[in-house]
Amino acid sequence: MSAGGQGSMMSELPPPAVSTREAARDAARWALVAFGLCFPIILLRTDQDLSNRIVLNMRPWLTLGLVLAVFVGRFLWLLTAHVQRPKPFTFPRLDLATHGARWFPWVGLAALFLFPFLSLALAGPSGAIKWVDNFGVQILIYVMLAWGLNIVVGLAGLLDLGYVAFYAVGAYTYAIIAAYVIPATVPVLGPWAFWICLPIAGLLAALWGIILGFPVLRLRGDYLAIVTLAFGEIIRLVLINWVALTNGSFGIQTPRITFFGLPFTSPSGGTTFSSLFGLPGNPTVHRSIFLYYTILALALLVAFVTQRMRRLPVGRAWEALREDEIACRSLGLNTVNTKLTAFAMGALFGGLAGAFFGARQGFVNPKSFEFLESATILAIVVLGGMGSLVGVAVAAVVVIGGIELLRELDWMKAIFGEDFDPGQYRMLIFGLAMVVVMIWRPRGLIASRHPSIVLNEGKSIAGAHVKEGHG
Amino acid sequence: MRWLSDPLLIVEGLTMRFGGLVAVRDLSFSVGRGDITALIGPNGAGKTTVFNCITGFYKPTSGLIALSTDNAVDADAVAALTASSRRYLRREDAPDAGGLFLLERMPDFEIAQKAHVARTFQNIRLFPGMTVLENLIVAQHNPLMRASGWSLLGLVGAASYREAERAAVERATSWLDRIGLIPRADDAAGALPYGDQRRLEIARAMCTKPVLLCLDEPAAGLNPRETAALNGLLRSIRDEHSTSILLIEHDMSVVMEISDHVIVIEYGLKISDGTPESVSNDPKVIAAYLGVEDDEVVKAEAEVGL
Repeated sequence: MSAGGQGSMMSELPPPAVSTREAARDAARWALVAFGLCFPIILLRTDQDLSNRIVLNMRPWLTLGLVLAVFVGRFLWLLTAHVQRPKPFTFPRLDLATHGARWFPWVGLAALFLFPFLSLALAGPSGAIKWVDNFGVQILIYVMLAWGLNIVVGLAGLLDLGYVAFYAVGAYTYAIIAAYVIPATVPVLGPWAFWICLPIAGLLAALWGIILGFPVLRLRGDYLAIVTLAFGEIIRLVLINWVALTNGSFGIQTPRITFFGLPFTSPSGGTTFSSLFGLPGNPTVHRSIFLYYTILALALLVAFVTQRMRRLPVGRAWEALREDEIACRSLGLNTVNTKLTAFAMGALFGGLAGAFFGARQGFVNPKSFEFLESATILAIVVLGGMGSLVGVAVAAVVVIGGIELLRELDWMKAIFGEDFDPGQYRMLIFGLAMVVVMIWRPRGLIASRHPSIVLNEGKSIAGAHVKEGHG
Repeated sequence: MRWLSDPLLIVEGLTMRFGGLVAVRDLSFSVGRGDITALIGPNGAGKTTVFNCITGFYKPTSGLIALSTDNAVDADAVAALTASSRRYLRREDAPDAGGLFLLERMPDFEIAQKAHVARTFQNIRLFPGMTVLENLIVAQHNPLMRASGWSLLGLVGAASYREAERAAVERATSWLDRIGLIPRADDAAGALPYGDQRRLEIARAMCTKPVLLCLDEPAAGLNPRETAALNGLLRSIRDEHSTSILLIEHDMSVVMEISDHVIVIEYGLKISDGTPESVSNDPKVIAAYLGVEDDEVVKAEAEVGL
């Protein structure tokens, strides 16, 4: 059974490596071990009878069946395992980078712009809230977060497991300023809270990115990952325990987003977005659609800045750092500054997304910023193919859309009975899907890299040459 | 004898200790401006350690490494700068201006950025996932970073930055032309054959406009034809650019053919220093490379009283 001889073995089968006799003997040995294992676990079963006494029940037929199954299975395996069969199924060699690389981003962009109105037309107002808010806005938040983390992990090659900390900094910056500071100082600005807090949240998160960057400058790989993980947890624990500022695990009620100062709903009957423009329909739908376009604009800003930066010296320095840090230093690149700018840019975008999250939820508490969030964002970046914006966006749709779609598993009750809770299997299915996708495309959906500058003709670079970075 | 009359770099009393191991012991030599200087010695003699000290990748245990870009290294100026707490003294008229640099005090990236000492590595260190052109553009990071206004001008697409980038591409193209890699400019550097990668690494180092180029075994793994081409390239770098070369090499055809000055070290100590002819006739060098007869060892031991 040589590993190299694939393909030529199909027409004529070589003789089995073992004789029938040897196979039977080996299978008997396996059956013996199986019996040894089955004896205490399967054969002897204890049950409680009606008077709560423990009684011993024997299950000889089940035991015999299992042992026989092991015997037959092993026997057949030994006799047939050497036969090389043609692969029953090959995954299609889909490559977003080569197939339709030109049109994909533009078609995707058009679809994104039309999405709210399409869902309004197709699903009606109540369905539109679900599709626009639960799917559209939710996915775009993760697209933005993953694009931000992509700068740190995908471009600069620094493994950051605590990215959610910057998301939390952004969300709490918005919550604290919008819910406490502005009402207490200049209440006139109340309706503008989100637009005032957005840049502040971004800058504060960037500052925290630099604060995290300094201690981890000398760390690489696993050590870097662990320290960033700890940083994420520290931020979350501070948010829980600094009750005076953050209201602890009860969280903070935040004002909702406004249409540039114009509220969508007004309990006191003031001017609202729909009354000013004379729009019919549910104000909640208006708000969902506005939230959708806001996060779309923010995400596109991230994409634009990232694409621009990749073509600037700082972006090339990030990628060079991922490729070879020693070579960078031999060429006079200040690797300290390069790492800090990567951390700061990634954190800036995380902070902007955080402020948006706060304004969308109307409520922030530390539960939203657990390690699972960091892990999900990192999974999106890795699944998308590190460094590729389109790949990461597609991965966010697959991962977040998939998780959301898995909420709708009620049909499984028809198969497994009413007691079955499909929600519990959500993460199991999601995990299995991740494993399958990573086997299919081990370097992510888009593994190749586009050069940042071209002399003769632009070719994408095979993923095999591109380094993953080592912190 | 330019290394005595017009030294670009002087190394004095350089010692590098790794725990109990003394890799380089009280080594002194100088590198002449416009020379090709070869540092040779048997395996494990400490050549790469000397390189790493000069380029800042190791902090020497003790010793002085001074580089003067504009004029010969002046002992008084070095003494004055050493007495101060500064790492270097530069003319103020240009961002890239020359001056006097105490390399043992400077971190590695600053040596490349300010003192303009570039290096290559024994095991090639390109950016394998970036294209050949990108490798040469990254080497021009510092001037481009200034031109992009620390990214702010670049983000808004300022014309001054686009102009600077065009100039950087032009410089890269001229180097690609010299090493014959124009047709492969848009291929991943990691996809090039070995010999091309070696030459690309030298071109990348040259794109930083170095005054001193340190090459760690540039001919390792090259065939005779490629070695001859390398000799031509190194000579042209010395003659056409104001770049001096310091190289470590085992291939004697390279060392003897192109060097102006050869320094031989063994067990971290300098055993010979001079022109290629004088070094190749030095009995200590011959002994270090070829070994000596047993009776000569006895004679030598008797001389030093063992």
